[in-house]
Parts: sequence; C-alpha cells; structure tokens
Amino acid sequence: MREGAHLREVFDRLLQTLEGARGPGESFRVALAGEASDFVRFTRGRIRQAGSVLQAHARIDWISGRRHVLATIPVSFDPARDRHRALRAVERVRAALKESPEDPWLVEPREVCSTDEARGGPRPDPDEAIDTVVQASQGLDFVGYFASGEIHDAFGDSRGQRNWRSVLLVQLDWSLHTAEGLAAKGSFADTRWKAPEVERRVARTVLELRALERRPVELPPGEQRVFLGTAAVREILGLLSWGGFGLREQRTKTTPLLALAEGRARLHPSVTLAEDLSAGIAPRFQEEGFLRPQRLVLVEGGELRASLVSPRSAAEFGVPCNGASASESPVALDLAAGDLPFEEATARLGTGLYVSHLHYLNFSDRSAGRLTGMSRFSTLRVEGGEMVGPVRPMRFDESVYRIFGNGLVALTRERETIVDPDSYGRRATTSAVVPGALVEGLRFVA
Amino acid sequence: MTLEKVAQQFRELARAIPRWSIRVVRSRTEELSIQRAVAQPLRIGEDLGAMVTVVEGGGIGYAATPDLSREGLERAAIEARLWANRAGRCFVFDPQGLPRLSRGGTYESPVPTPWESVSLAERTAMLRAESEGLRCDARIVDWEAALAVSEVESLLADSDGAEIRQLFRYVVPTLRATAARPGDSETRTFGGHAFARQGGLEVLEAIGWFGAGRRVGEEALELLSAPRCPAGVMDLVLAPDQAILQVHESIGHALELDRILGDERNYAGRSFVKPEMFGRYRYGSPLLNVTFDPTVPGEFASYGFDDEGSPAAREYLIREGLLVRALGGATSRARCGVPGVACTRASGWNRPPVDRMGNVNLEPGSSTFEELVRAVERGVYMETNCSWSIDDAREKFQFGCERGRRIVDGELREVVRRPGYRGVTPIFWHSLAAVGDPSTRLVLGTPYCGKGEPNQAIPVGHAAPACLFRGVEVFGDERQ
Repeated sequence: MREGAHLREVFDRLLQTLEGARGPGESFRVALAGEASDFVRFTRGRIRQAGSVLQAHARIDWISGRRHVLATIPVSFDPARDRHRALRAVERVRAALKESPEDPWLVEPREVCSTDEARGGPRPDPDEAIDTVVQASQGLDFVGYFASGEIHDAFGDSRGQRNWRSVLLVQLDWSLHTAEGLAAKGSFADTRWKAPEVERRVARTVLELRALERRPVELPPGEQRVFLGTAAVREILGLLSWGGFGLREQRTKTTPLLALAEGRARLHPSVTLAEDLSAGIAPRFQEEGFLRPQRLVLVEGGELRASLVSPRSAAEFGVPCNGASASESPVALDLAAGDLPFEEATARLGTGLYVSHLHYLNFSDRSAGRLTGMSRFSTLRVEGGEMVGPVRPMRFDESVYRIFGNGLVALTRERETIVDPDSYGRRATTSAVVPGALVEGLRFVA
Repeated sequence: MTLEKVAQQFRELARAIPRWSIRVVRSRTEELSIQRAVAQPLRIGEDLGAMVTVVEGGGIGYAATPDLSREGLERAAIEARLWANRAGRCFVFDPQGLPRLSRGGTYESPVPTPWESVSLAERTAMLRAESEGLRCDARIVDWEAALAVSEVESLLADSDGAEIRQLFRYVVPTLRATAARPGDSETRTFGGHAFARQGGLEVLEAIGWFGAGRRVGEEALELLSAPRCPAGVMDLVLAPDQAILQVHESIGHALELDRILGDERNYAGRSFVKPEMFGRYRYGSPLLNVTFDPTVPGEFASYGFDDEGSPAAREYLIREGLLVRALGGATSRARCGVPGVACTRASGWNRPPVDRMGNVNLEPGSSTFEELVRAVERGVYMETNCSWSIDDAREKFQFGCERGRRIVDGELREVVRRPGYRGVTPIFWHSLAAVGDPSTRLVLGTPYCGKGEPNQAIPVGHAAPACLFRGVEVFGDERQ
C-alpha cells in the first residue's frame, strides 16, 4: 500500500484542522505514529501468513491552562473523515477538561526545534525477498519472519514545532531447527534489502546448526564460565531497560538497579553504557516534542552517571528533561566495546558454555538486581577452547552485579547493531549496539 | 459509519473474489490513573479499521487498512489477492481444504452498570479514595490507583454470507504500592492486572476493589519487614492469582496448536506437547481438570465466536489429568487433525488471527481453603505473581510471587517476602495433591498475552481455585 507516502500531507492537514479549532487559552501537541508494512511469516521453509498493514494513529494532547486530556484517533487517509474525527476528538476532550483537575507535572518544551529526517529505500519487492528465503532455506527447517516498509513518527504543536522522521526498515528474523528440537538463530535488519547479505547470514546460521547436530552434552546445575553472544547481552540489557535507567524508578525505589542508583554497588569498570542515537533508527524527538541528545552516557566506568528523564519526571522531581519518552526506556543503547577479539572468544572461554541467545528473562528479585531466564538457540559446551556439543536449554538465576560486575571477564572488541524485531501495536524502532561478554561464574539452577 | 455498512460495501465490491472475509473492528478506550497522589491526564482513544482476507491461488493473503472508503476497501482487496497468490507459490498447507464457516451470530458482554453511569469527576474521586488508602504510611514511596476501560466492536463477514457481530466491554483495575527503606523496597498490588473482567462498574464491587487500596498499602509495609521466604523442597499452596499464571504459562501456551505445529518456534517458542499425545498423555494428576470456557459470564475472554467465525463452546482440554484437546482453531486443526476449540483470535484489525488462549480455566475440586492448609506439614502459601519465566518448550519454569505465608503443621504462619518456586511442567502438575472448592475460586484474566509475528497482545481469561502441590522447589533467599 502506498498511502504511507502521503502520511506527511495527512499530518499537515490534521495540524491545520486542530489549529483552526483552537480557542483562546488552548494549545495542543500531536504525536503521530504510522507504518505501511509487509509481513510474511515462514514455517518449515514455506509461507504461513502473508499480508500488509497500513496504519497510523495520532495522539492529540489538548491543553487548556494547566489542564489537559489526551485523545488518540486513527488516521483513515480520507481527508473529510479525518477532519471530522479530529474535530469530534476536540469536542470530547473539551468536555472532559471541564471535569479534569490541573496537572502539576505538565511541561512543554521551552524552545521550538523542528527536525526532518527520512532514511532508507527503495522498498523491496516482496517476491524477491520470498524467493531469497525459499532458495536459501532449501532442505532446512526454516522458521522466520519478514517485515518491510516505512515506519513514520511525527510531532507537531500549536507553537509551530514540526518533527518528522521516516525510515524504510527491512527485517528478516529466522531460526533453523534440528529434528531434536535444537535451533540456531539469525537476523538481518537494514534500510534496504540486500539479498547477498541475507544469503551469507543464513549460511552462517547453517554452520551454527551443524554444530547443534552433534551429540548433546548434559550439564548439572551450577556455576559456569560463559560467553554470552551479542544477542544474549542485548536481551539482558533489554530486561534492565524495564525501569533500570529511568529517573522515576530510581526516585521511587522501584528500579532493578537500586544498589547502583544508591551508590551501594557498581558494575565492572569496563561497563560504559549510553543512549546513543547515531547508530539507531529511533527518532530524535519524543511524543511531547522534547529532543533527545545525540549521546547521553548513563553508566561510565561501572558507575551511574545519568538517568533518562521524561518531561513528567522532570516536573515531578525538579530535574531537567533529557528527551526521554514517558516510559523512560532507552531507545538506542550503546554498550562500549572491550578488548577481546571475537575470534578469540572461544579460546578465552576455555571450558564453559557458549550462549548465543537468552529467552524469557525476568527479575527473580527486582530490587536486588537478580535476573532469571533460559538459554535458547545455540548453546554449546566448550572444553579447552573447542566446541564439544550442544546443551539443552538451561535456566540461570544471577545478579546483574555479577554478570556486568565482578563476574565480567571481558567484552568483545567487535560489536553488533541489533534492531529489535518487536511489533506489538507497530514495528519497533528501538535498537542496541552491543559486544559479546565473557562472564565467570554464571549460576545455572535447572 | 456502522460496521455493517463497511461489510456491505465490501460485499458489493468483492463479488468477483470467490473466497474472502472482512473483519471490521472499532474500539474505544479510557484510562484514568492517579500516581503518587497526582491525577494523570485522562487518556481516551478510538480506533477503526478492517482486515480483508482472501483465499486464492493456493494461498491466503491479508491486507489491513484504516481506509474504509470504497476506494480504500478496493485497494485492500487487491492487496490481499496479490498476497494470496504470492503466498500460494509456497504455502505451508492447501487452504482449499479449510472448512467453510457460513453461520452468523452475535455476542455481547453483560454490562449491568455501564461505566458511563457515573461522571468523570466521580470516577476520578473513586480512584482518589483508593490512592489515599494506598499511601497509608510515609514509607509508601510509590503508589498508583488506575482504571482502564474499553469497548471493542467487531463484525466478521465472509463470502458465504456469514455475519458475526460481537461487542466486548473490558475493565482492568490497578492498585499498586511500593514501600521502601534504605537499600530495599517491596511492591504489593491488587492481584497484579489479574482482576481484569468483562462488564461495567459492577465489576469493581464484585472483585472487592472499593477499600482495597489501604490493604494493599499495608501489605507492602508488612512485606518490607517480613523475613525472606524459606528455601527447600516443600509443599506449595497457590492462591488463584498465582494459579492462573501457572495455568497460563505451563498449560495454556503449551497447548496452542500453532506452537505444536512449529509456527511459533522463531519467536514465542514451541511446545513439549506433540500431536500424538492428545487422548493418551497424562498431563497431571487425576485432580487436574482444565477447560476452554468462553461461556463464563464476565470472564475476560468470553466470546461467541473466534475471529475465523467458529462458534465457541466449553470443552475440556485436560480431563482428570488426561490431555484431550488442543487450543487450536479451524485452520490449525485442518492441518493436523488434532481436536481443538474456537480460539483463532487477533489482537485487532491490524493483525491476522492465530491460535490463542481464550478463557482457560482450572476447574474447582472439593477442598476448602482450610483443608488445603491443614494438609501441609511444612510449606508456603503464595499469592500474586510478580515474576514469570519459562523455557521455549514450556517445560522448565520459575515463578515469583509478591507475598507468601509459611505453613507449619497445618497452620498459616508469618508472612514471608519474595517467595518463588521452580519446576518442570509435567512433574509439577502430577504433584497436584488437592484442588480448592468453588469457594476458593476466582475469575481473573490478563490483558497482556503476547505471541505471533507480527506480535500481538491479547486479553485472556483464567479462573482458578487455590491448589496444593507436593514437594516443590521453593526459594526466597538471594543465593539459594
């Protein structure tokens, strides 16, 4: 569907409609999120579901004095219908405003700062992508997901600020499975389709699959020296992003990094973690029109340096906003590289476990920073620096202060940019740049 | 614009397409929240769109659009046909063999007391009263009282002339308090998000929401000074707001037929259950009875039809411990012949339906709560899930709860903090030693069950009584 290309016009018309409806003492700000995506789901190397989704939603924050109400409406791409819908939303919020209390945490940006960014393209032909997958997965039990198309984010307000960001994002996320239920995983994400790169990556996953076809090794619970691949590191950081880096959770003592926030514990000196937009695809602006800095160091040398501060937290706690979204979750994490060459990782591991991915992470003791989860996909026993055989999924339960603290032996010199394949509601634009990690004494409990 | 009008318009323009369906979905939402004594701005929302599905050329294709004009629907039909033919080159099964669903019907959530029967100011005042109860002590450093209500209308029409209209009204209440002391904090909630129901304002009365804020705040304080949960192998009594999580993760997801067929292996995972196990496999002890029951009035995922149009009915998934039926809709059943239920569901107009849980309920047994406790010499009673993790085959799990009470010699003793337990699905369900009677049963649910590529979060319902399990690995100390 090509309507996505017209979304900018739709957005401009919406802002004009709202401006025309604005009365004395009223202001508004609008955040728009849209996508025009193709989705193809593969199972056993064949197509299970295929189709396209066109959608866009505008969140109108209508403000009168210190009172405001938020209304989300869908965009229909029909000008008359969209105008009617926007005006009806204004009527509803005006009625609700009469019964709404003042909001002491309402903050608007001080400066008007407009931005405009469009990346990626051209949109790939789905037939070409399907052909590539079908050919590359011949003879393999391939399960995967192709997602392609434009993702749009925009902001506009009655002060005249305009922010637009479109990105053409193409993703293929797959796994190859053995008859015994073991699997190797691969992924591709870029702003354009690159068939040779996809073929190369699938071939690399096949090599991992072959390693899984060896005789499985049984390991009892206990501590293991482990090498966590980049995806596994990303999954741990993803869990910590659930309240770990926001000011609100730190001030309300609900952060999983409570000891770090209170200065009672620190991470390994080699851990430097930043929100860095340069390598990601997240927009520079958040939903209330605040701009994110290009780089914000959160943890440096193992110590907390800064937090993600949303506008509402800024007002509540009297701290300057640094452009965080309402959830105060990072959108483009960057974990600094270490000095371990990737090709030496297995040798440095010596005897232990190579873990490519983790699965279903959660906090087993949130305020103590303890995590639990399962190994998944390529998990291999390594002895004397040599791969011995696959290990079936095992559960770990460990403190973040060991994984990224006194148990951290080294981070790899090479890093990988991982674009999240998540698509709840809409395709995600969050990502992370991460190294692999060599960790001593990771505790497996089952 | 009515949903019927959209369907009628599509019916006229789709005459040349032999086999199609259109699912039109409209939703309205309202979210009210008071956080740390400050009323958050009211959030209202609406959504409207349609998914057109076409079976053609050996494949199935879909196109989802918010443009419900004739031109918009026409474009969606063309897109869906293109996708069907494209997919038909290498589709995983022959869709011509799918059963044709040609009946119509309706479903509507029972709503004795509509949400709109009290004003916004009154609804805010209700929340404020609970918010004040939550902050019962200066050590409560974070607290929230919130209510989310929504209304979802859907119309499913197809080329065989069927029209199925359903109207759902959901209520999701939240009460949460965090108590803190230097270096530590404890959070207590009103059942997490589990007191999610269909209905209106009467739900709050039925679940005991009014006045619960103070109890939640006081229990957060109690936890802050409570000892850690003991560790070791012991008996375990689960309250309904943890038993439902156990059912959800280690029975519900494991029985999803698309997982069993391998479709979810790249994301949500697979299942240790194999097609040949239905009708033969002993999933748990003879006390284990689990139903798929979309007929429970007010339960969160009650419905009349799934999103493929199959009429929904109560069925046993596990009967007296024996695995009898999968959570598989018409499409998955056509692929493998395993008995299933009407559970092919989508999270909205913008996602294609897949096999989901609906209401998956653990049926009550005959023990009173006092009898469950009396049967324990040494164990822990655990309430309210706060941590959930399970492997991709739905076997090895570890769950954490907000609050526990030690049980010694058949008596409930002191409150313990951060209780958790781990196990392996079949072993655990075989250790089910007693099931609470209907007086111990709660009808609960969750709005956030996730799976699928693209991802979908969907409401599911669970009802469960309290249950007793023997010889479970329990933990609570940091380094156990």
